[in-house]
Amino acid sequence: MADLSTNFLGIKSPNPFWLASAPPTDKAYNVERAFEAGWGGVVWKTLGSEGPPVVNVNGPRYGAIWGPDRRLLGLNNIELITDRDLETNLREIAEVKRRWPDRAMIASIMVPCEEAEWKAILPRVEDTGADGIELNFGCPHGMSERGMGAAVGQVPEYIQMVAEWCKMYSRLPVIVKLTPNITDIRYPARAAKRGGADAVSLINTISSITSVNLDTFSPEPSIDGKGSHGGYCGPAVKPIALNMVAEIARDGETRGLPISGIGGVTTWRDAAEFIALGCGTVQVCTAAMTYGFKIVQEMIDGLSDWMDERGYRTISDFQGMAVPNVTDWQYLNLNYVTKARIDQDLCIKCGRCHIACEDTSHQAITSMVDGVRHFEVMDDECVGCNLCVNVCPVEDCITMEQLVAGADPRTGRPIDPNYANWTQHPNNPMAVKEAAE
Amino acid sequence: MTISVPAARDVKPGRLAPEEYSTNFSDLHPPLDRHEAFVEADRCYFCYDAPCMNACPTSIDIPLFIRQIAADNPTGAAKTILKSNIMGGMCARVCPTETLCEEVCVREVAEGKPVKIGQLQRYATDYLMETAATHPFTRAEPTGKRVAVVGAGPAGLSCAHRLAALGHDVTVFDAREKAGGLNEYGIAAYKSVDGFAQAELDFILGIGGIEIKASTALGRDIALSDLTADFDAVFLGMGLPGVNDLGLDGEDAEGSIDAVDYIAKLRQTDDLASLPVGRRVVVIGGGMTAIDVATQVKLLGAEDVTICYRRGQEAMNASEYEQEVAKTAGVTIRHWLKPKSLLRGEGGAIVGIELEYTAQPNGQLIGTGETMILPADQVFKAIGQTFDAGPLAGTAIRLEKGRILTDEKRRTSLAKVWAGGDCIFGGEDLTVVSVEDGKIAAMDIHAALMGA
Ligand SMILES: Cc1cc2nc3c(=O)[nH]c(=O)nc-3n(C[C@H](O)[C@H](O)[C@H](O)COP(=O)(O)OP(=O)(O)OC[C@H]3O[C@@H](n4cnc5c(N)ncnc54)[C@H](O)[C@@H]3O)c2cc1C
Ligand SMILES: Cc1cc2nc3c(=O)[nH]c(=O)nc-3n(C[C@H](O)[C@H](O)[C@H](O)COP(=O)(O)O)c2cc1C
Ligand code: SF4
Ligand code: SF4
Ligand code: SF4
Repeated sequence: MADLSTNFLGIKSPNPFWLASAPPTDKAYNVERAFEAGWGGVVWKTLGSEGPPVVNVNGPRYGAIWGPDRRLLGLNNIELITDRDLETNLREIAEVKRRWPDRAMIASIMVPCEEAEWKAILPRVEDTGADGIELNFGCPHGMSERGMGAAVGQVPEYIQMVAEWCKMYSRLPVIVKLTPNITDIRYPARAAKRGGADAVSLINTISSITSVNLDTFSPEPSIDGKGSHGGYCGPAVKPIALNMVAEIARDGETRGLPISGIGGVTTWRDAAEFIALGCGTVQVCTAAMTYGFKIVQEMIDGLSDWMDERGYRTISDFQGMAVPNVTDWQYLNLNYVTKARIDQDLCIKCGRCHIACEDTSHQAITSMVDGVRHFEVMDDECVGCNLCVNVCPVEDCITMEQLVAGADPRTGRPIDPNYANWTQHPNNPMAVKEAAE
Repeated sequence: MTISVPAARDVKPGRLAPEEYSTNFSDLHPPLDRHEAFVEADRCYFCYDAPCMNACPTSIDIPLFIRQIAADNPTGAAKTILKSNIMGGMCARVCPTETLCEEVCVREVAEGKPVKIGQLQRYATDYLMETAATHPFTRAEPTGKRVAVVGAGPAGLSCAHRLAALGHDVTVFDAREKAGGLNEYGIAAYKSVDGFAQAELDFILGIGGIEIKASTALGRDIALSDLTADFDAVFLGMGLPGVNDLGLDGEDAEGSIDAVDYIAKLRQTDDLASLPVGRRVVVIGGGMTAIDVATQVKLLGAEDVTICYRRGQEAMNASEYEQEVAKTAGVTIRHWLKPKSLLRGEGGAIVGIELEYTAQPNGQLIGTGETMILPADQVFKAIGQTFDAGPLAGTAIRLEKGRILTDEKRRTSLAKVWAGGDCIFGGEDLTVVSVEDGKIAAMDIHAALMGA
């Protein structure tokens, strides 16, 4: 059986599945249950400064969107950091860590952007025996208006500064949690690295309004007729998170910086994808909040079985394998020609491929041949765009096949076996003579 | 040959405990709730040139109405349905969907599990009928034209509604006390519970401009020549009021029963426990009526119910699904048997039936000469209904195989007279087809009256 254990910044955990800082990690009761269920580690719900804790709204804090059969696809929340007193949290962190020495215990922290504040809290966190700290620069609501969370995370200089303080006043490994509410994720990541952070974790939640109530005209969740933007997470955000992780993994300045991947991880496969893009661990919130802690069993077994099948012994055997394959558009091979192929035995004749292509794309799929309902790709019109593959309700019914020889019936041009990209294309006014890579 | 049948007949009402009646005659398919409707609607692929839509005799835009349900607009879904089929509510309950829309649903073809089109159709139409304050369609400007409709069944009512919507005034004559045709008197009780036929009738009449004249029979109270003289056009939707005879001695004996009559009584009674039910029952026939009477008599407490059909299973007019419903209720279906003689006991009442085995060696159905006896307290005949051409005697309306001949616009051979539903040649004896006939005729009547 594959070895799922991880060593992230020297922090060991039996598997790469950590619970992200959120309600599932808000107190000892929950975290104990999580460890019993098999989670490899937790990032404790974000701690604030000494003094009266923050307060949450007393009405609904979640909104959601659903897929078929009310499967939760995206969750949005207006919750703040922990609303429990600092002392209680620290005591519980210490107790739980003592009882579960083999699990990763990370303390998430968000205090005002002042050196004294960080200097005050860091030693107290260290005293709990926690394995590391995560700086919450991500929370998009409530805290950012007070100059914390995403308000810091959107200013690279602040990130760098706070990371430096943390390295100065604590011996613990520092993970900077990034907000996706920014134009280019590489800037905050670079700043974290410059500040000496040991790793980044991403993504935190995305600013969002999940829906508008058409009776009351209030955004949801509605608190007494008003709503505020919340933070979006769950399966719907995974594509955004994967891209941001990939950007950091392949950026010249941050390449090699350890990453803890977060955002929509729901099954082992999601986790494997984050790891393939370079992550050392993954963090999970919405999936646990939807189904309970038991889902980690599926994640552990699924990852392990897949690794066994592929012959990967350890996580590092496939970690980062997808990074070299992420490139810029301009380097994609323009000589790679594909055509859609419909497997007539699998086709159920719903006609969706036809109407999608006919109405919105390239008029390349028949609907009727010799008076019979029949769906067939016309190679002389097909641009190989993949739309039909994506709208077909039957898996593997339409596949894209590469033309390796002859000519492309659409353009009449012979297939060129050599790689050539936009930088070399005659239509590109800035084309160079040689292939750039 | 010795015949042994019990001397005493066992026929009595009230075979069941009171609560068993309501259980046995509750909805065959309980309606989908909102969540179930969403889940089911989501299964629809919104097919291009959808096969289901082409299979629906009234061409309801099925992918559109299902998408409207999925988008939480059941009112819009219902309007989409009713625009093509004003009896969408009844059709949702009685259409043999397994041989119509659902048979060709791509998910039936692919995985043997069609989208439940009929049940979704019911979800939407029920919603509208329960919630809408007013009739969903408005009438066009009055045209001043008057049309007579004979027969207030699905064909007649569909025709009347469409004509009213187009601005014509319609008078509907029906021989029976209540309007609705077989919706009211024929459809199995568990398919149309809670007085749905009358509720739907009221809903249809809600458009206005339709006057019902009940207990007024063509040929008895009025003549076709009066109608053609008094009205601008006439539509005939009289259904099939007659029944085929077995052609055996004793057909009038006590215990020999016309299935359609019995079902009408069952549909009209306030007290199912008052209907006489035999302990052992034999039903002759292979269509929907045979299945329905057998199933309902079984549900009324008959101990042993056997349908005898003279050909093989595949030749039965009732769909496989309908046969399944009967079998689930505990009905036995036997094939290759035809009635030979009715056996009567003391006082001349039915005590059994003698049947002859049949075969079809070269396409020709023959009796093999071998016979068998089934004891029976009641024998139901359900071997087909017939058109009664009496009221048309002396008119120029041509018949074909005993039914009215029409062209594809449902015109008869007599000027100003259209016809549709079960009474026309080529009719399929389905509610939905009758609705479509009425609609087609109305559109052509409109074109004729407006000189288009
Ligand atoms: C027992 C049974 C079960 C059935 N089950 C189903 C089913 O589950 N699904 C399905 O799709 N179809 C079913 N059918 C068939 C369906 O009911 C008919 O196809 C449909 O009702 C025909 O409609 P119609 O308007 O042509 O005739 P009808 O519904 O028969 O209506 C004809 C009307 O004309 C009136 N009338 C007759 N003669 C005169 C006259 N001389 N003057 C004035 N009025 C007259 C009658 O009183 C009646 O109201 C069933 C039929 C039967 C008998
Ligand atoms: C209700 C709720 C509260 C959260 N609170 C915090 C928090 O206090 N600190 C933090 O760093 N992230 C917080 N998050 C963000 C999660 O840790 C995580 O980054 C995000 O939900 C994306 O992961 P997911 O798609 O697995 O849910 C919260 C998320 C939710 C849903
Ligand atoms: S979308 Fe797929 S199943 Fe539907 S017609 Fe096209 S190829 Fe066939
Ligand atoms: S009317 Fe009947 S055939 Fe047409 S869609 Fe409805 S249920 Fe199907
Ligand atoms: S055939 Fe089936 S899946 Fe396609 S539109 Fe009709 S109901 Fe929907």
